[in-house]
Amino acid sequence: MTARRSQQAREAPGGAGGGPPLIDVHAHFLHEGCGLRDWALRNQSRLAAGTRIGITLHIASILGSFGHRSPTYFPSPQDLTLGNGTMRDIARAHPGLVAGYITVNPNYPAHAIAEIERGLAAGMVGIKLAASRRASDPLLDPIATVAAEHRVPVLQHAWQRRRYEVANQEISDALDLLELAVRHPAASFVLAHVGGGGDWAHSLRALRDAANVWVDLSGSGVDRGMLELCLECVGPERLLWGTDLTMDTGWAKLLALEAMNLGSDALEGFRWKTAARLFRLTL
Amino acid sequence: MEDRRPAVPADLVDHNALVGPYPFRRLPDPTPERLRAELTRLGIGRAWVGHVPSIYYRDVAAGNDELLQLLEPHRSALLPVPAVNPAYPGWEREVERARVEQCPAVRTYPAHYGFAAGGPQMRALASACAEAGVELVLTVRLEDGRQRHHLDVAPDLLGADVRATARSHPAVRLLVTNADRALVEEVHFGSTEAEAARIRWDIAWLWGPPDDQLAALNRSVGRDRFVLGTHFPFRLMEAGLTKLALAG
Repeated sequence: MTARRSQQAREAPGGAGGGPPLIDVHAHFLHEGCGLRDWALRNQSRLAAGTRIGITLHIASILGSFGHRSPTYFPSPQDLTLGNGTMRDIARAHPGLVAGYITVNPNYPAHAIAEIERGLAAGMVGIKLAASRRASDPLLDPIATVAAEHRVPVLQHAWQRRRYEVANQEISDALDLLELAVRHPAASFVLAHVGGGGDWAHSLRALRDAANVWVDLSGSGVDRGMLELCLECVGPERLLWGTDLTMDTGWAKLLALEAMNLGSDALEGFRWKTAARLFRLTL
Repeated sequence: MEDRRPAVPADLVDHNALVGPYPFRRLPDPTPERLRAELTRLGIGRAWVGHVPSIYYRDVAAGNDELLQLLEPHRSALLPVPAVNPAYPGWEREVERARVEQCPAVRTYPAHYGFAAGGPQMRALASACAEAGVELVLTVRLEDGRQRHHLDVAPDLLGADVRATARSHPAVRLLVTNADRALVEEVHFGSTEAEAARIRWDIAWLWGPPDDQLAALNRSVGRDRFVLGTHFPFRLMEAGLTKLALAG
């Protein structure tokens, strides 16, 4: 199977203001169907904060209707199609600045594959999985297979260490994702928001030898010691920078990493080069 | 290349720093020396400093001895904030010691010390703080509930506890740290103007764009109610500055 992706969505500009590129691999946008009156304001806020921080590419997803018509983490096929279409519209409205993930629900396998094919053909650059089905479940296999065929990464929403079931999610952790990653060594996976809640050390220890799993730094968590353990366990070559729902904490982690004096290779790696390679972006 | 680092206001004070090790995870270099170095690196002038082990000691007076000794060489920049357990003998002496040592505040941790946050011991402490002229620091949480050790069962402080403490003495001044937006709004709009005017909040658990919680609270609750709090050594100090920068 050959990937057919629009070149436009794969070309991101260099840094604004003469700065180096900075890719946010974990962003979200909203739309009118999410039921929030200030949805447009929040989208504008993300873009404005991105300009202040120096983000040159937001790789973003829309999780259906974000709970308005179907649950955020169990989005219906109709909401997924609407959300993915809107995500493409936003990317088209901001060429080079925004790229999209295709969000799918593995409980609807045929719909998921069709959405992925349609999205990739239209220039979307990755696959987003929320918490609709545990990452280790065989229902994810067809998605991982198509991701490997198209050489696009799968961003898996996660809690860091799943100790119990939680309401409104069929949550996964690094060990669950690892099972999938072992079954699909040719596919690339991203463990979402290592700072997004839970025992991040558990995830990092679990993924130490998982060569096809990257870690995104997003999330509200800014625990001291987390970045050091990220570097120790997965190294700068598998670290991706991102923000998710709290851009202030994403920026803080970027500044803290830059203050570590890791050298220009590592710095460029987590700012953009690793993401550019993973998403096969031309910068 | 453009420097995008947050601008730091002059005379900025971190109102929510601590020193000392934590029983449930390693905190890198939780020392006064490291705290001072971080303040200097980031351009923050001074910090109010509590003591992590005192949260877990039965006899917190001994923890206060340690804190005052640790901070003695750094008093120009690091202001001690001792802990007080009003359910333990001699606690009044710790409030008095804080006053004599010119500490700006004292901290207490009802869930960890085992007394009711809305009960008579808290009221007694609030009164003693008001009469001594020291602010009372309440901590909503130390870590995100999703990551806690299974032995770490202390519940988060409730808005009702903060409101009850604010009402317990007409002159008590509270600083509430690590509160989320919902708790800030619940307490602020659940208090009279006079009560709310005696409550300050740190920004450690308030988020920036795209939700813009801090900017929204600056408008609804009032910018003068918020102070910088980094929650060192638990959290990256940079986060306090990025919140300020993105909240305008």
